[in-house]
Amino acid sequence: MSMPFDHETLVAFSKSFGLFYLIAMSVIAVVYALWPANQAQFDRAAEQIFDDGDTPCQ
Amino acid sequence: MISGLTLGERQTAVCLSLALLVLGVIFAGAGQGDPLGVHGFIIAAYAVVVMGAVITGYYAPAPGADRLTQYYDDPTKFGIIVAMLWAIFGMFVGDWVAWLLAYPDMTFDAAWASFGRLRPVHTTGVIFGFGGNALIATSYHVVQRTSRARLPDQLSPWVVLIGYNLFCLLAVSGYLIGITQSKEYAEPEWYADILLVIVWVTYFLLYIRTLARRQEPHIYVANWYYMAFILVVAVLHIVNNLAVPVSLTEAKSYSLFAGVQDAMTQWWYGHNAVAFFLTAGFLGMMYYYLPKRAGRPIYSYRMSIVGFWGITFFYMWAGSHHLHYTALPLWVQNLGMTFSVMLLVPSWIAAGNALMTLNGAWTRVRDDATLRFMAMAAVFYGLSTFEGSFMAIRPVNSLSHYTDWTIGHVHAGTLGWVSMIVFGTFYSLVPWMWKVERMYSRKLVEWHFWLAMAGTLIYVFAMWNSGIIQGLMWRTYNDGGTLAYSFVDSLVAMHPYYIARAVGGFLFFLGPVIGLYNILMTIRLSRETAGTGIAEMPVVALKAGE
Ligand code: HEM
Ligand code: HEM
Repeated sequence: MSMPFDHETLVAFSKSFGLFYLIAMSVIAVVYALWPANQAQFDRAAEQIFDDGDTPCQ
Repeated sequence: MISGLTLGERQTAVCLSLALLVLGVIFAGAGQGDPLGVHGFIIAAYAVVVMGAVITGYYAPAPGADRLTQYYDDPTKFGIIVAMLWAIFGMFVGDWVAWLLAYPDMTFDAAWASFGRLRPVHTTGVIFGFGGNALIATSYHVVQRTSRARLPDQLSPWVVLIGYNLFCLLAVSGYLIGITQSKEYAEPEWYADILLVIVWVTYFLLYIRTLARRQEPHIYVANWYYMAFILVVAVLHIVNNLAVPVSLTEAKSYSLFAGVQDAMTQWWYGHNAVAFFLTAGFLGMMYYYLPKRAGRPIYSYRMSIVGFWGITFFYMWAGSHHLHYTALPLWVQNLGMTFSVMLLVPSWIAAGNALMTLNGAWTRVRDDATLRFMAMAAVFYGLSTFEGSFMAIRPVNSLSHYTDWTIGHVHAGTLGWVSMIVFGTFYSLVPWMWKVERMYSRKLVEWHFWLAMAGTLIYVFAMWNSGIIQGLMWRTYNDGGTLAYSFVDSLVAMHPYYIARAVGGFLFFLGPVIGLYNILMTIRLSRETAGTGIAEMPVVALKAGE
């Protein structure tokens, strides 16, 4: 039976590409979290949970 | 609760339960002679009960349009009560199983009372019954409040809860009559699995639809964790349960996977069940209810986001630490080990974030058992993740694997972290939901806290001791180069610890019993004070010293 890719190819792919995409994802997540312009909306979100009048917006 | 549904929704509810009844009858008929037939009867009986409940409330006056100006909390209230009932049931069986390990003859010669059948009744009862209902109930509350939007319809939250509890019921009743797929935490057979897929897709869509209606530009971080829980559990459940039933009239099925692939798929599922069921969802709970109860915003919102992506990226790859020293290729074991150690970083970000949020409110933690539950949950979360990362290191695992050390780790996580965060959350949420100032009895909350603390510590220390002793006995050689102890020797050595664990477990079990009583009395209190003005009080977090 012929497969589109064999075990060795798959392993090589995950060992190479896997490393870089994980690093890339981590960098994106950290940059997003630390981006100064995002700070205001984060602060607002952290405070928002306290000022609910306990009714939904209409 | 039916009176809150519109006439159209009541009709749809009757139709749905009728469809379920028909399905149950078909299974009962076609599955005659097979355990599936028994489940057919259970499904039919469940459908009749649900339909009966809807019909009983059918002629109640329709709710006014002003209901749309309120959040929809009936399903949350229902979920809280059901979760507490599952807690009592699941922990009762847990303690039963604990005594069974100390006194293995306690099976009355009955198949249903054997360890192999009762053990999954415990794990399913507590993880899915207790944990799952608590997650669903609180997620409805959190997503509405943080989105400032009402749930988009009133029927699908019920479809999720009713369908989900049917799944749990089929699971535990199935084990007792011998139905199992033999995959830990995924024991139910194909038809129950299909039911859960339907329920879970409905849940996912409900959550997305509510978020889509949100009035806040940014999605509060608790929702990200709940979303990860919902989405990943769907993926895990579907992949791990791919199977072919022997026939449509039989309960038995065969997995699509075999050999080491099967093992890897199962533990990719199993570990991510820990990650996304027992961790991500409860972190969502923590990130909303802990700051809310403490009256202080989360210490570092940024870190909650970094922690989120860390947990979602890393956990996915950690499952192979369950398969050290197996036929699994060594590099896959190494991968799991490495990611498990890396996991300590986002885990401690979450635990640290919670504790730093409380920093400055320690007097409150001292005085308020509810907040103390949440603080201890964060401590145990930090502890069990440290322990987990350690146990994932292969040589350490060679000592801990197959021993009670694993059981100690599991219950540090599930008693100390999962249960405590739920109890802290419920004691905050119940007064908000039933619109009373506070729980019926603060003393009973205090009692519950100390029972839970004592129970957890006794349980965990007993298992740590027993596990290490066991592990060491199994690897001690005598001068002749053969094992110094027989397996039975190690069993004898464990006996006192098993008794201690069962006693600790009993203390822990008493907690939800008095907890449910306290909740029911609080509800009664709310009925008595309804209309006296207290009900209209704004919701405020407890102040120090209260
Ligand atoms: C009254 C409290 C509890 C008692 C007495 C108890 C007791 C037990 C016992 C005796 C076992 C079997 C151990 C073995 O096979 O050697 C077990 C397994 C387990 N319990 Fe509990 N339990 C309790 C609460 C909980 C809770 C609240 C959860 C989850 C939320 C939980 C999750 C589990 C899991 C996941 C396992 C399987 C562990 C594994 O396979 O490694 N337990 N429990
Ligand atoms: C960084 C986080 C964690 C890591 C790296 C980790 C790692 C581990 C390891 C290495 C094992 C033993 C596997 C074996 O020898 O078979 C294990 C078992 C287990 N852990 Fe954790 N753990 C973590 C957090 C948690 C938490 C927070 C909970 C519960 C709330 C939990 C629940 C469990 C369960 C239920 C098992 C038993 C699985 C089974 O064999 O049935 N873990 N974990």
